[in-house]
Amino acid sequence: MADHGHDRGDGLRVEHHFENADQQYQSAKLGMWIFLGTEILFFGGLFVAYSVYRANHPEVFVFGHHFLDKGLGALNTVILICSSLTAAWAVRAAQLRQIGMLKLMLTLTMLCAFGFMGVKTVEYNSKWKHGLLWAGSYEPHLDHTDPATDLIHNEDFEDGGDIEGVDAVETDESGTADVESAPTDTDRSAIDPAAVGPPGLAGPEPEAEGEEALEIEPANAQVYFSIYFLMTGLHGIHVLAGIGAFIWLLLCARRGDFDTGHFTRVDMVALYWHVVDLIWIYLFLLLYLI
Amino acid sequence: MAEEISAPVGVANVDHAGSDDNYLNHGKGILSWLFTLDHKRIGVMYLVAILSSFFLGGVFAMLLRSELWTAGQTIMTADTYNKMFTLHGAVMIFLFIIPGIPATLGNFVLPLMLGAKDVALPRLNLASFWLWLTGASFAVVSIIVGAVDTGWTFYTPYSTTTGTAVISMTLGAFILGFSSIFTGLNFIVTIHKMRPEGMTWFRMPLFLWGIYSTAIIQVLATPVLGITLLLLVAERALGVGIFDPALGGDPVLYQHFFWFYSHPAVYIMILPAMAIMSELISTFSGKHIFGYRFIAWSSIAIALLSFLVWGHHMFTSGQSGLTNMIFSALTFSVAIPSAVKVFNWLATMYKGSIRLAAPMLYALSFLFLFAIGGLTGLFLGSLSTDIHLHDTYFVVAHFHYVMFGGTVIAFLGGIHYWWPKIFGRMYSERWAQLSALLIFVGFNLTFFTQFVMGSHGMPRRYYNYLEQFTPYHQASTVGSFILALGFLIMAGYLLHSLVRGEKAPANPWGAATLEWETTSPPAYYNFKHDMRAGDPYDLDALRFEPSLGGYVRRDPSSVLATTEGVE
Amino acid sequence: MNEHGDSFVHIASVKLLLVVWIALMFGTWLTVSASTVDLGFLNIWVGLAIATGKAVLVALYYMHLRWDKPFNALVFLGAFFFLFLFIGFAMMDTAHYQPDLIPGYSPGMVGGS
Repeated sequence: MADHGHDRGDGLRVEHHFENADQQYQSAKLGMWIFLGTEILFFGGLFVAYSVYRANHPEVFVFGHHFLDKGLGALNTVILICSSLTAAWAVRAAQLRQIGMLKLMLTLTMLCAFGFMGVKTVEYNSKWKHGLLWAGSYEPHLDHTDPATDLIHNEDFEDGGDIEGVDAVETDESGTADVESAPTDTDRSAIDPAAVGPPGLAGPEPEAEGEEALEIEPANAQVYFSIYFLMTGLHGIHVLAGIGAFIWLLLCARRGDFDTGHFTRVDMVALYWHVVDLIWIYLFLLLYLI
Repeated sequence: MAEEISAPVGVANVDHAGSDDNYLNHGKGILSWLFTLDHKRIGVMYLVAILSSFFLGGVFAMLLRSELWTAGQTIMTADTYNKMFTLHGAVMIFLFIIPGIPATLGNFVLPLMLGAKDVALPRLNLASFWLWLTGASFAVVSIIVGAVDTGWTFYTPYSTTTGTAVISMTLGAFILGFSSIFTGLNFIVTIHKMRPEGMTWFRMPLFLWGIYSTAIIQVLATPVLGITLLLLVAERALGVGIFDPALGGDPVLYQHFFWFYSHPAVYIMILPAMAIMSELISTFSGKHIFGYRFIAWSSIAIALLSFLVWGHHMFTSGQSGLTNMIFSALTFSVAIPSAVKVFNWLATMYKGSIRLAAPMLYALSFLFLFAIGGLTGLFLGSLSTDIHLHDTYFVVAHFHYVMFGGTVIAFLGGIHYWWPKIFGRMYSERWAQLSALLIFVGFNLTFFTQFVMGSHGMPRRYYNYLEQFTPYHQASTVGSFILALGFLIMAGYLLHSLVRGEKAPANPWGAATLEWETTSPPAYYNFKHDMRAGDPYDLDALRFEPSLGGYVRRDPSSVLATTEGVE
Repeated sequence: MNEHGDSFVHIASVKLLLVVWIALMFGTWLTVSASTVDLGFLNIWVGLAIATGKAVLVALYYMHLRWDKPFNALVFLGAFFFLFLFIGFAMMDTAHYQPDLIPGYSPGMVGGS
């Protein structure tokens, strides 16, 4: 096994392949920034899906976002912003060898992260209770006396026509379309010429304008919830990973790893955490507010 | 005086300048390998793993080519055939060619070329390797529990509805993606932060420019593959519906997601190969590389332009006419930097002193085969012809010419070039030449026929075919067996060299980059002295020393640092 | 205080951290308020502008980019650039193939797209 470098005398350990501590620190930093770049592109794919779907079906997003509690979303935003403050402060504390302050800031950051996950749990729970899940499991049990779902009148679902994905059979004046099975050879002959397609599964046209329109669930409303769960779910996984990283830092702090002023680890984890916050800032806007 | 000549400059005047105590035997036992932080050992482990993957992918290829000997069933059912071509593609791409050159030769050579002791982040390097092993395990599990039959592209809606082991294979590819990202990340940091005295950006060997450009793509594109595969898994496991039209989703969106990574990915494959080419052509023409800056900038240009052309895989998918036109135009532009490189290599050879050693045979093969592969890409990039050629064997032939005739050939050239450095042994030149010839002939027989077939309308991925195509398929299959023979012979003489090969001098080929200034194989610490970089293509600075059977520097102090390491 | 090798590493002052925090809180309040006002299509752009402002503050000050080597910022911005490329092309394509869609032919299409 390769040797791990030497002690610089003041406790700062420089790996054997680096010329000096500065090269080591700058290398770690560049490495972390590149990794954060990859995280942007990783989440970015979901933002692409969001943009494309929203551009094509804005009504689905306008409809869906009413089921998200702006208050809870704003609370989560505030929690994460506070956690960014404490994380940045933790870096400062580590740089100044203020170990007590460091431990306090790391703990507060972690508590914020837990708080965030707690609020998330409440939100997810409410969605689950109302059957507002991703497309494959979308079974809305909407109750118009429930403030969370009172935008919808029961009449829309009285005949049991709630959307259940592939098995949905929508009946309306313009005709029926059975999609429970893919067309067989005989079915193909019954398909209209390309210029005029079959009626499809489109639901009834949304009525009029204004408030009334919101009360009618647009076709494929479940897409909104798919995107919601994918984006917030992936973000939540990253929050959990962050919690793990902060636990690790606390253990390092307790062990005295930062007593010598070697703060690189705290700096790197804090950078990661700030990106988690950054992504949430955009998620809050795109999912809750507009 | 004699003592200074016998030891390579980088480790001159030390007790163990000989090749007996080196990284291969420093530390014994399997754990010292599996937990090593030494980039050279990691490179060698990758080499073994990746060549094994090549063999596995090759087995699938031989099976499917055998099936195609006759129309209709020959040795397997149609369902099995679908699995064969899927596994051939998935194994070759995700396990072999994407990690390929960067993980093996890149890992080994990059720090040595920088006169460094290791890459910037050795633990991350080891993590990359373990991730490769993990991803490969998932892929193997997938193969065992029933494999995948979707094609390596995993297009929806079939991939979300088929009963085969899609999830384990895509999770495997997901994990392999992270291995690739971490390797690229490591290389970027290393090249930025660990260049030696005198090595400005434009005094770097072109191999490093190629690896650097590759790393840019690895880091930017692979995360998108990650999210794509994750979405596919979510679609299958949870039914999120993002690609399912019945749930409001869009299957073409999957293609955008997939190709946003997979097109840049093919440049992950070819850029390192081009990087190797610059080294081989210069060394074996005995001449300074021609057009250094052009080659360097063209690597960066290819890396950046590669992100702008993914739609050319989707011309027939329902993409809008405007989008089609834009992607077609951009596709033509990305051919230009590649052509710039080819012309510069040719100019390097002009009036050079050509030595037809095995690495050079591969370099020359590359020029011919890559030119064909690249030019046929233009047929596919132009809209009207693509309508006819899309999803035919023309496409299959095109990408095999660039990936195999390009990347694999250059990889083989690189392996033969750096083999003495890595293992301290010379291989049999005769057998190497025979093998190179068989591979060249076999390759062309296998794949040139496919261009013809494809332009006559033979679709790709088809189990059955019209009788008129039988002669082409049979010629192609014969070619594949010749290829296999060439590779078997190669395995033979390379393995033989490990036990019986002549001991290699530090600089058998007379190249001027820094890796040749240490022993063959290198000591575990690479260089005892801090190195200074000169012109990496100043071949006149070296002379042949008969007593060593290799080359030495005329002025040894020119590559030693003028200031010893700062502590 | 220089703790690291040869270079000076910037240490953020408590005042700076708190000022940025207050700005971020204000930004949050602003964006929530803006969302309650109907500005039509501008809502999303105002929201994005505020969010980006907050992101810039976090990146520059909490993430130290203000005092860091510019290349680190270039790396981060580069990632965004390629992301916008992806979003841009995907949205352009989706906008342009609308006329090719057959009305009512696929689920979720109401009348004439």
